[in-house]
Amino acid sequence: MSTEDTPDPGTFIAALPHARALGMRLDRLEGGAAEISMGYAPELVGDPATGVIHGGAVSALMDTCCGAAVMSLPEAAGTATIDLRIDYMRPATPGQRVRAEAQCYHVTRSVVFVRATARDDDAARPVATATGAFTITRAEDA
Amino acid sequence: MRRPPDPVQVVKKRRDAALRALVAGVPYIDFLGIDFDRRGDELTGVMTFDDKLIGDPRLPALHGGATSAFLEVTAIIELSWSILWEEMESGRLDPATLDPQNLPRLPRTIDFTVDYLRSGLPRDAYARARITRSGRRYASVQAEAWQDNRTRPFAQAIGHFLMPGRDG
Repeated sequence: MSTEDTPDPGTFIAALPHARALGMRLDRLEGGAAEISMGYAPELVGDPATGVIHGGAVSALMDTCCGAAVMSLPEAAGTATIDLRIDYMRPATPGQRVRAEAQCYHVTRSVVFVRATARDDDAARPVATATGAFTITRAEDA
Repeated sequence: MRRPPDPVQVVKKRRDAALRALVAGVPYIDFLGIDFDRRGDELTGVMTFDDKLIGDPRLPALHGGATSAFLEVTAIIELSWSILWEEMESGRLDPATLDPQNLPRLPRTIDFTVDYLRSGLPRDAYARARITRSGRRYASVQAEAWQDNRTRPFAQAIGHFLMPGRDG
């Protein structure tokens, strides 16, 4: 993902067609951290035998949340994912909302290192974690 | 005793039906508009462009999450297909009995890492996966996606998977 303006929580998801199609909601955005959640929906199911949502949908949530965290840095004018690794700890419980929290834990001139965790209602046992490297275009360079 | 080979149309019909059952059973594959081309046992994933796959409408570019999901779907289908192929060709499984509610259990993703090499253009994308290790419990799979030029992939991935129990 990649955006050019500093995001406004109300319009951030609306500006990303794929995030909107997956029913994502921006819950929090500030100074290098973001929280985005996604409701359970039948079209997101990856295993029809169990009703568990597809890992790819969790990936899209993580990618969007990490990108949002980068864009929430005051100096960020744009970002793109360099790489993203997702560890799937357990299947998300069918019917429950999945909430992702991302945090920029190191920022260099051109790269931001981001970590994220996704949880369902059983918050003590994460569904997935992610680590990624993102590009950052700085406002003064744009 | 070795039975004579089935006529080519029968073989093709059986294989295509098995692949269709595998892919049609997964709602998220349908949501993303992914389909698979088959040549023998070789599969190519095709993600037909749609506006809902866009991340940034100003570029416009495919959303990294759509690209990542496409690669993961391709890796899982490749892995499931390799299991299905073996069962089908050995005669242990009759594809006529396959439907979305009655599929072989799918491998589960342990981890998946995607490299975004260049931005995905607003047009159809293709992907192939290669199983680099397939053990009884764990498998490693590489996947690559491209658009106009096969030699210029826009994303590549590596994933590890937990294989489904053979006894169900």
